[in-house]
Amino acid sequence: MKYVDEFRGGELGMNIAANIAFEATAASGYRLMEFCGGHTHALSRYGIADLLPASVRMIHGPGCPVCVLPIGRVDQAIRLAREHGVILCTYADTMRVPCSDNLTLMRAKSGGADVRMIYSTQDALKIACDNPNRQVVFFAIGFETTTPPTAVAVKQAAAEGLKNFSVLCNHVLTPAAMHAILSVKGGVALDGFVGPAHVSTVIGSKPYEVFADDYGKPVVIAGFEPLDVMQAILMLIRQINEGRATVENEFTRAVTREGNLKAQALVEEVFELREVFEWRGLGSLPHSALKLRPAFAEFDAELKFSIDYVAVRDHKACECAAILRGEKRPQECKIFGTVCTPDNPIGSCMVSSEGACAAHYSYGRFRDAA
Amino acid sequence: MNIVKPNYSRPLDFKQGQVDMAHGSGGRAMAQLIAELFITGFDNAYLAQGNDGALLPIITERLVMSCDGHVVSPLFFAGGDIGCLSVHGTINDVAMMGARPLYLTASFILEEGFPLADLKRIVLSMATAARLAGVPIITGDTKVVERGKGDGVFITTTGVGVAREGITLSGDLAQPGDIILLSGTIGDHGMAVLSQRENLTFDAPIMSDTAALHGLVAAMLDSEVRLRVLRDPTRGGLATTLNEIAKQSGVGMMLHESAIAVNQPVEAACEFLGLDPLYVANEGKLVAICAPEDAGRLLEVMRAHPLAREAAIIGEITEDAHGFVQMTTKLGGRRIVDWLAGEQLPRIC
Ligand code: SF4
Repeated sequence: MKYVDEFRGGELGMNIAANIAFEATAASGYRLMEFCGGHTHALSRYGIADLLPASVRMIHGPGCPVCVLPIGRVDQAIRLAREHGVILCTYADTMRVPCSDNLTLMRAKSGGADVRMIYSTQDALKIACDNPNRQVVFFAIGFETTTPPTAVAVKQAAAEGLKNFSVLCNHVLTPAAMHAILSVKGGVALDGFVGPAHVSTVIGSKPYEVFADDYGKPVVIAGFEPLDVMQAILMLIRQINEGRATVENEFTRAVTREGNLKAQALVEEVFELREVFEWRGLGSLPHSALKLRPAFAEFDAELKFSIDYVAVRDHKACECAAILRGEKRPQECKIFGTVCTPDNPIGSCMVSSEGACAAHYSYGRFRDAA
Repeated sequence: MNIVKPNYSRPLDFKQGQVDMAHGSGGRAMAQLIAELFITGFDNAYLAQGNDGALLPIITERLVMSCDGHVVSPLFFAGGDIGCLSVHGTINDVAMMGARPLYLTASFILEEGFPLADLKRIVLSMATAARLAGVPIITGDTKVVERGKGDGVFITTTGVGVAREGITLSGDLAQPGDIILLSGTIGDHGMAVLSQRENLTFDAPIMSDTAALHGLVAAMLDSEVRLRVLRDPTRGGLATTLNEIAKQSGVGMMLHESAIAVNQPVEAACEFLGLDPLYVANEGKLVAICAPEDAGRLLEVMRAHPLAREAAIIGEITEDAHGFVQMTTKLGGRRIVDWLAGEQLPRIC
């Protein structure tokens, strides 16, 4: 896999780092938010903080699917598995998100609920086919990257007339979250965004233009490789130095302005906007998430099993909300690294390796230990 | 007239036959399975005695014992199978104590309905691995569980060996300044199994690195370098093994990412499944920690052995009250290489 190593190499990285150090001279500094958990992970995993001058501060954004999932949503999934006896299919990260009654999907599973970890929506369909006498629910989470596969699964289930398959839909929208971050009163001050990689391959770069045009924030879309992120940081610094705010694309090997029209059409066909969706940290945001269209209502687990969403407050010591808004850093949480660790997460940001707390704990906590 | 042949029973059907409950019952069927498969396959004087245990000669050196259960799925994978894995795994655990493995035992949990053909293949693979390693399987046990209560076959092996005189290796002996060596590429075994399970196909299949390392260890001990720790980074991978040592010894480590080799298909498969090769199991690699002055010589000795041609110095032991295992990345940054958190990888050893 030569391809990958090209984007992780040392020498090129040093060059970009030298340019960043040379050009990042504005006295006011550079406060850049990497929206995606994928970028948070790359920054931590490759120790990129060590290569940035003090004037450049990276702020972790909310783009981590399991992090923004509020407790009430996981509660719904657990209720489906425990009270309705369904086979609940979920991606691995979601298994360990703490929710009400000191439960996680993993603990519900060891307590007898039928929760199955899957790698793709196709696995869920297969489980439904193999268990015609059981109801199978796919716990669908994620941003625009994971939405098309869910759409495919729903269409396939419809075409095959699968009566025992449905989706607990929690797909959310990136631009809505960026709006929310920028419009919080007294929220975090930002000078620019490192824009999403995989999400942008689907939605294109166009949806970010409003952040440059209306909010005056430069956006540079970047791949998830460490050199991508560094190059994007450099491009942001240049825009800021020049007083520009445009959407630029570092990730041209995969992202176009229009995005993947086929995938967009597929999503459009199967999903519609929810009136409102509660995000962890960002609160209830209008038109920020998707649900199944009425034509596919029979595959909507919320309708099928009549399970309402009940909002639940986060653990009182947990700072995930402020961290997801970019207002606090993981090490500012009082229970970071003591009560809350990746082995025993209290908040959702400590669960996935893309979560800000887990990334800082797993890769960067030596910096706090001086 | 019907002639009853004395002492005749129909031989086991290794083509179509299956394990059934009788094979674990202690009756004639079990005796037959043991005779026709295990005793014939493992072929040594201790087993041939047919007693409940093996009577061993007097051993005067310090003994090392180790035990390892194997539950890998799939049972057969590129580069090996559960049979040779169960032999190599335990030989290696004994060898990592600086010992020469002498004997193995094997205990089989078979699931009702398991094809006898597969069982034979596994037993012959164990027999070959044991013969090549020069370590006989001298006693064993077979149990059968009902269909659905096992996963084909589970094998537990125990190894006995003798520690080399004057040599004490232990995870708590690493000292600041010591050098960390690794015998080759990482992640091969785990990705061989996982890529097979996930049906990932590559131009060439990823081969498990499963191998018995006691020969390599003997060569390393012969060189009389001051070795402190030997360990084989199996489940949990290199990262887990190093964290265990750091914790036992109360030290930190600084690794260098560019010195840790990963085969390209392994890297590609890890990328695809979102795994970090540092946490993926190996079955034919070892980590050695030695005094700084001896590192160069140890590296030479290792590289001269066929199982460690790609050996490298990958880092050093540091003084660190937090016991952090850190790594300089290829980009020149720094990160922690932490314990694995959360869910275990699927069963791979
Ligand atoms: S350390 Fe744990 S409790 Fe604190 S903010 Fe992070 S996830 Fe929440």
